[in-house]
Amino acid sequence: MRFAVIVFPGSNCDIDCCKAVEETIGQPVDYVWHTATDLSAYDAIIVPGGFSYGDYLRCGAIARFAPVMNEVRKAAEEGKYVLGICNGFQILTEAGLLPGVLLRNRDLKFRCHPALLEVVNNETPFTRDYAKGEIVNIPIAHGEGNYYCDEETLAKLEANGQVVFRYKAGENPNGSVSDIAGICNEGRNVVGMMPHPERAVSELLGSSDGKRMFTSVLSAWRERHGATVNG
Amino acid sequence: MAQQLTAKEPTAEQIAEYKIYREFGVSDYEYDLICKFLGRKPNYTEIGVFSVMWSEHCAYKNSKPVLKKFPVSGPRVLMGPGEGAGIVDIGDNQAVVFKIESHNHPSAVEPYQGAATGVGGIIRDIFSMGARPVALLNSLRFGKLDNPRVKYLFENVVAGIAGYGNCIGIPTVAGEVMFDESYEGNPLVNAMCVGLIDHDQIQRGVAKGVGNPVFYVGPATGRDGIHGATFASVELTEESEEKRTAVQVGDPFMEKLVMEACLELIQSGIVLGIQDMGAAGLTCSSAEMAAKAGNGLELYLDEVPQREEGMTPYEMMLSESQERMLFVIEPQHEAKAREIFERWGVICAKVGKVTDDGRLRLFHKGEVVADMPVKALVDDCPVYHQRSEEPEYYRAFANVDTTAFEEIADLTGALKKVLASPSVASKEWVYNQYDYMVRTSTVVRPGSDAAVVQVPGTRKALAMTTDGNGRYVYLDPEVGGKIAVAEAARNVVCSGAEPLAITDNLNFGSPEKPDVFWQIEKATDGMAEACRVLGTPVIGGNVSLYNENEKGAIYPTPVVGMVGLVHDLDHITTQEFKAEGDVIVLVGETRAELGGSELQYAVLGKTEGRPPQIDLEVEARVQGAVLEAIRQGLVASAHDLSEGGLAVALAESCFGRGLGAVVNVETSLRADVALFSESQSRILLSAKPEKADALVALLAEKGVAHAVLGKVEGSDLVVRVNGRDGIAAPVAELQKVWKEAIPCLLKN
Repeated sequence: MRFAVIVFPGSNCDIDCCKAVEETIGQPVDYVWHTATDLSAYDAIIVPGGFSYGDYLRCGAIARFAPVMNEVRKAAEEGKYVLGICNGFQILTEAGLLPGVLLRNRDLKFRCHPALLEVVNNETPFTRDYAKGEIVNIPIAHGEGNYYCDEETLAKLEANGQVVFRYKAGENPNGSVSDIAGICNEGRNVVGMMPHPERAVSELLGSSDGKRMFTSVLSAWRERHGATVNG
Repeated sequence: MAQQLTAKEPTAEQIAEYKIYREFGVSDYEYDLICKFLGRKPNYTEIGVFSVMWSEHCAYKNSKPVLKKFPVSGPRVLMGPGEGAGIVDIGDNQAVVFKIESHNHPSAVEPYQGAATGVGGIIRDIFSMGARPVALLNSLRFGKLDNPRVKYLFENVVAGIAGYGNCIGIPTVAGEVMFDESYEGNPLVNAMCVGLIDHDQIQRGVAKGVGNPVFYVGPATGRDGIHGATFASVELTEESEEKRTAVQVGDPFMEKLVMEACLELIQSGIVLGIQDMGAAGLTCSSAEMAAKAGNGLELYLDEVPQREEGMTPYEMMLSESQERMLFVIEPQHEAKAREIFERWGVICAKVGKVTDDGRLRLFHKGEVVADMPVKALVDDCPVYHQRSEEPEYYRAFANVDTTAFEEIADLTGALKKVLASPSVASKEWVYNQYDYMVRTSTVVRPGSDAAVVQVPGTRKALAMTTDGNGRYVYLDPEVGGKIAVAEAARNVVCSGAEPLAITDNLNFGSPEKPDVFWQIEKATDGMAEACRVLGTPVIGGNVSLYNENEKGAIYPTPVVGMVGLVHDLDHITTQEFKAEGDVIVLVGETRAELGGSELQYAVLGKTEGRPPQIDLEVEARVQGAVLEAIRQGLVASAHDLSEGGLAVALAESCFGRGLGAVVNVETSLRADVALFSESQSRILLSAKPEKADALVALLAEKGVAHAVLGKVEGSDLVVRVNGRDGIAAPVAELQKVWKEAIPCLLKN
C-alpha cells in the first residue's frame, strides 16, 4: 500500500506524517509536492498539518487552488483513502471534500495539549481498529479548529454517521459544534480531523492511541484488495 | 565620492557641523576616529553604517572586556563564539548548534512583532550554520501582572512567540517566565534555538574567494527596522513609542520557505559562506562576512530587491526587514542556486562581489555612495572599560537578617501564597499556546526542569533549559551568576542528561552607570567560574544592555541557556512522583537562606539581604551523584529545588500524577525557614522501594548530603518538621491554586 503526503509551502507536519506511516505500518510513503498533477500511484493520501501558504487569507483557502488538489479530489471520487489532519482538515473543507468550516478557537488562542476523544464512528477505513465509544488520547495543536456547520448539515452528519471523533464530553477545547473533532464524507473514505494522530504513535511521545488510524487504513486496503496483494 | 542624492539627507559637512552623528549614538570621540579611518568626513550612509556596526549590539564595545573571562573551549566544542551560533559535538558525526538572543526593546514597544521577530532571528542564526532547527526555548521577564500594560505585554509577547514558532513548525519546548516590578516598562524577551547538524555540513559566514558573487535571499527590503541595533543600545524613554518603525515585522511563512531553501542549498555542497541578515541587516552581514575572510565586498544596491519606491542607500543598508540571508558561491553554481530558490518561491538576487581590497564599497545609480574599510567597521570600534563601583544597596544588604520576621504559623497558607505567585505558578497558560509537539521528538514537555528532545533515529536525546534568577543576581551578582549556571546544569542533570555547554544572554542596565557595570563584572565573574567548575563552556550568546526605564535599571539578569546530552532514552527522568510507596530522598543541605526567595517576595513583600550561597565543588558533586544514580536506574523522579524551596518542589512533584506524599523534615532550622529556604545544590528524588537502599548507598559513597524524607502516599501533601505538623492539604487543592493563578490574574 503506497501513501502520499502532500507538501504545500508552509506544511510542517509532513515529516511527522511520513515518519508515522513508516513506524506504525512500514508502508512506502512519498512526499508529493503541491504542484503534482498525478496521484495515480497512491492508495492513500495524507494532507498534513501546518500553515499552508502562511494561512494567509483564511486557513486552507489558498491551498485548495494548488494543482495537486484536483488530483486529491479525483482520488477521493475514486474511493481512495484521504486523511486531512489539522490544516489538512481545513484544506479539505475549503476544497469542498468535507462539509463545514473551521473557525478560530472560542478563546481566540492557539491551543496545544493532549486531548481525549470519543470514537463515534469506527466504521470508516481510518477507525476500524478502534471500538465504538472508546476514549482515546490524541493531541491537538491549532488556532482555528472550531468546527462549524449549519443545523441542517449537522443533522445530516449525525444521521449519516459522519461524525468520526468527538471531544470527550465537557472537554471541548475550541467551541466546535456538537464537540466535533473529526468527520468523514458520505462515502467514509475521506476523513478530516483537528487532532494529530501522527503525534500519538509511541508511548515515548505520551500516547500511542493514534497508531490505529494507520493500522486501520492498512487493513481496510488489504481487505479491499483481497489476498492477492502482499503487504 | 558622490554626495547623497536625496535632499533630505544632510551632507558630510552638515553632519560634522551640527554633530548629527550624536543622534545615532556616535560620540564625538568615535566620530573623530571614523574620520581618521576614512581619511575624510563620513557621508550620511557611512555614518549610518558605522553607527550600527559600532553599537553595543554589534560591537560589544562595553562588554568585550567581561566576555573575555568566559571559558569558550572544551573537548566537545566544535565552534565557539563568533559565528551565528556555537556548536558542540554529540558523537556519531552529529553536533548540536544553539544560541540565545534578546529582543527586549522591540518587545517593550511592539510586543507581538518584537517577540515574533526575536524568534525568527534566532532561528536564522541556527540554520545559517547549516543546522536543522529542532527546538525553541525562551526566557521572559515582566513587571507585576496586576498592571494593565504588563498584561498587554505578557499576552502579546506570548502570542508573538507562538505565532512565529507554531507557523514555522519548530516546537517551543521550554522556557521560564518571571514577574517582578523591576521589569516594568522594560520586559525581557530572550529566545533560544537548538539545531542538529552533521559535522561535515557546518557552515561559516565568510565571503571567500575574490571575484565570487554575493547573493541576497528572502523577501524584498523595506523601510522597517531601520536602526534597530542602535535602538537596542539606548535606554527606553517615553519617546520610544515613536521608534515603533525601528521594530520589524515578521513573516514566519516566508522564513519557513527561506529555511528549507537554504538548507537544501547548503546540502547541495556549493555554499562557501552564508550569514543571516539580523541586527543591522545588510550592513552587518556584508561587513562581517568580508572581515572573517580578510576580504572586501562590493554591493550594487540597485540590485537589492526593494519593497518600496525610492529607497536610499542609507535605508537599504540599515533596514532590518526580516527573513533575509546573504551567501557566497562560485559563479559556475549560480544556475543551481537559482533553481533551488525558484522551486521554493523565494527571491534570490545577485547583489555583490567579493573583492581583495578590504573595503566595503556601495554602488547606487552608477556612483560609489560609500567606501569604508571593513576592518574599521568590524574590528576597530573602541572598547570601553567602564568605571565600576560597588553600589550602596549591596553594602547595606550585608547586615540584613533574612529570617528576622515572626515565624509563619500557617505553613499551608504560605505554600499556597507561594504557589500562586506568578513566577512559581503553572505556566500552562503560556505553553499551551506553543506547539511543543511538532516534529514528534519532544519526549519531555514544557513544565519540567528541562525539556527533552530525541535525536531522530538514535537512542540519544538533548535536554535543554533556560535559567536566570535576577533577584539573586541583584542581591549578589557574583553568587547570582554562579547560581544561574549551576541551576541550569542541575535542571539538565535532573532530566538525565550530561550538561554540555551554555549560551548566555546578559541582560543588564546601562554600562555607563558604575553600579550597573559593577553588576556586569561580578555576575560574569561568577558565571565564568561556574562554567569552569561544571565543565560547561560558553559557546555563544548575546548582550543586551541599557535595559532601563524611568525608574532605573532592571535587576541584572543574565540568562543561561543550557543543553545536555541524554546518552540513552532510558535515562530520561521527569519530576513527578511515579507510584505510591516510592521513597522520597532530599539531596543536599538546607541552610537559613531566604534572601531573594519567593517566600520573601510573595509573602513578606521584600527582596533584600544576601541570596543563597553556593559552593561549586559541592554542586558538581551533587550533580555527578544524581546523574550516576539516574544512569544506574535507581531514580524514579528528580526535581531541582529552586524558587519556593523544598515546599514547592514537593508540591510540584505531587502535581504530575496527583499523588500525595507524607514526609518529615529533621532540621535545626525554624520550620518556615527549612521549608522555604532556597539553599542551592539540592535535588528532590524518589525511588522505588526496592531501589531506595542502593540509591542512599550511592549518595553516601559519593559524599553528598542526603536525607530520606518519607514516601509517596495517598492524595494529600503532608509535611512534618521534626515530627510536628507543618503543611497538610489535598494535592488537588494545591494544584488548583497553582494552576489557576495566572489565568485568574489575567482575567481581573
